[in-house]
Amino acid sequence: MQNETVLRPKQAPKRLLSKGVRDHLVAYSFIAPNFIGFAIFTLVPMFFAFVLAFVKWDGSNPMEFIGFDNFTRLIKDTTFHKALWNTIVYTVGVVPFTMAVALALAILLNQKIIARNFMRTVFFFPYVASLVAVAAVWNFIFSPTMGPVNNILHLITGVPIEDLPRWAADKQWAMFTVILFTVWKNMGYYMVIYLAGLQGINPELYEAAELDGANAWRRFRNVTVPQLAPTTFFVLMILVINSFKVYDIFINLFAGADNQLNDSTRVMVYQIYNTAFRSLDYGYASAMAIVLFLLVLGITIVQFRGEKKYGQ
Amino acid sequence: MTGTNQGFKIATKVLIYALLAVAVFCMLVPYIWMLSSSLKLNKDVFSFPMQWIPANPRWENFQDIWTRIPLGRFIYNTAKLSVIVTLLQLLTSSFAAYAFSKLHFKGKNVLFLGYIATIAIPWQAYMVPQFILMRQLGLNNTHMAIILLQAFSAFGVFLMRQFYQGVPDELCEAARIDGLSEYGIWAKIMLPLSKPALSTLTIFTFVSTWNDFLGPMIYLTRTELKTIQIGLRMFISQYSAEYGLIMAASVVSIIPVVIVFLALQKYFVQGVASSGIKG
Repeated sequence: MQNETVLRPKQAPKRLLSKGVRDHLVAYSFIAPNFIGFAIFTLVPMFFAFVLAFVKWDGSNPMEFIGFDNFTRLIKDTTFHKALWNTIVYTVGVVPFTMAVALALAILLNQKIIARNFMRTVFFFPYVASLVAVAAVWNFIFSPTMGPVNNILHLITGVPIEDLPRWAADKQWAMFTVILFTVWKNMGYYMVIYLAGLQGINPELYEAAELDGANAWRRFRNVTVPQLAPTTFFVLMILVINSFKVYDIFINLFAGADNQLNDSTRVMVYQIYNTAFRSLDYGYASAMAIVLFLLVLGITIVQFRGEKKYGQ
Repeated sequence: MTGTNQGFKIATKVLIYALLAVAVFCMLVPYIWMLSSSLKLNKDVFSFPMQWIPANPRWENFQDIWTRIPLGRFIYNTAKLSVIVTLLQLLTSSFAAYAFSKLHFKGKNVLFLGYIATIAIPWQAYMVPQFILMRQLGLNNTHMAIILLQAFSAFGVFLMRQFYQGVPDELCEAARIDGLSEYGIWAKIMLPLSKPALSTLTIFTFVSTWNDFLGPMIYLTRTELKTIQIGLRMFISQYSAEYGLIMAASVVSIIPVVIVFLALQKYFVQGVASSGIKG
């Protein structure tokens, strides 16, 4: 790359600035509009997130450097532990469930099937539909006493409506409800990624396997799965990271007018939001944010290692 | 042998179609229910067995919501933010991506690596210091905060650069020999060529700004500034028993996304697919 600049013929007449300097200025002028905004509103806050994690600050009184106190406080904070635990449970539920459904849909919709494009659109649409609106519908449909889901369950099973799960309003069922909702809302996105992966597989591999007498299951196991490994790693990574960042789904499914979540539904980002914007404990909230960042970073590194090892 | 094989194939086909039909039905029910309920009185929304097509559709719901909440204001705010953010995003991303892809300058690789690295960092991890910065700049409770927050994404630069990498360098060289400036090449050659990538970025940015929840929730606390998402959320939590009206407002909030999505669907699917493979 640098060779090229050197090799370029220097036939341009000498002006105020040499050609090399002018070329650089032009290049920087292309980058600048995006980079200046990006640096101020993304890079600077990122840097300050690390600084804030080591101070005690309410936004108006002077900042006080307190070393690792915020982190030692986190170790004893049972509410935060609950939020971390709920986030992990949610992730463990959402990730395999979404991957399985998305892959199954992709395989089905990769065949020659009537109304294939219509079906792809139907499965993809919840991903772009406004969350607040679809969460409202879900809460109505899964309403414990009035909703059609429990009414139908009551008709089929004969169990009195009072004894049926109360879904989002039920401590035992809340996590299941939100996992089901998340899979419904997002699986279409991952289906499209899998579809692209499937279309990248050389059809000759399937023909060869068929000639060798491999049945559908063996073809799936020995051709599709290994060929899709890079796609699967990508999907896995995005899914895990997105599950750790979750906030809006929980608020819209569970919270009332006060936007508060209880012990069985609080998640990490909710805890960060509340600590910062309700309790005005900016330093402590940033310490939580650092934990979130390190978890996501750790997962990313582990998955990149895994991809190197097991992906092609 | 072939007979049973044939029978087996038909049985599989039938099973697949049955499965898909059930799945499609489950996917569509919530929207049908939303649409149907939006035309009902509150007391009829939960009547069971349910009436899919209301006997006396209550169109007034769609009139009332505009007066019960400043829905027009919310939609105007959201549309304004989505359009401005999308335009800025398209402009600055394609501009920067051109330099990253077709120009040579010191620090290019380091800078681009920096962009890529930040894509993986969750915004939620630095939303607190970002809020403090915005407040220092006096931007809390302004639309400018949301615009500055969304308009300069690393993802846009990445997506556009991926596309420009596929455009042969010889094309730019030829244009340079013809005397076109770098700005001219960007405007007259790269932009027209990159319509698919621009469409993908448009739909991604528009939909994510339209549907953004946490950003507006942090920055826009005054009612007249709210976007449709947090406005709708406010309405739902304040009038939780106004089932018909809530569903009508929900229908209205989804319509613009449906239009953008159906119009640019092809690019959306391509975009998801390509960002997935190259990511």
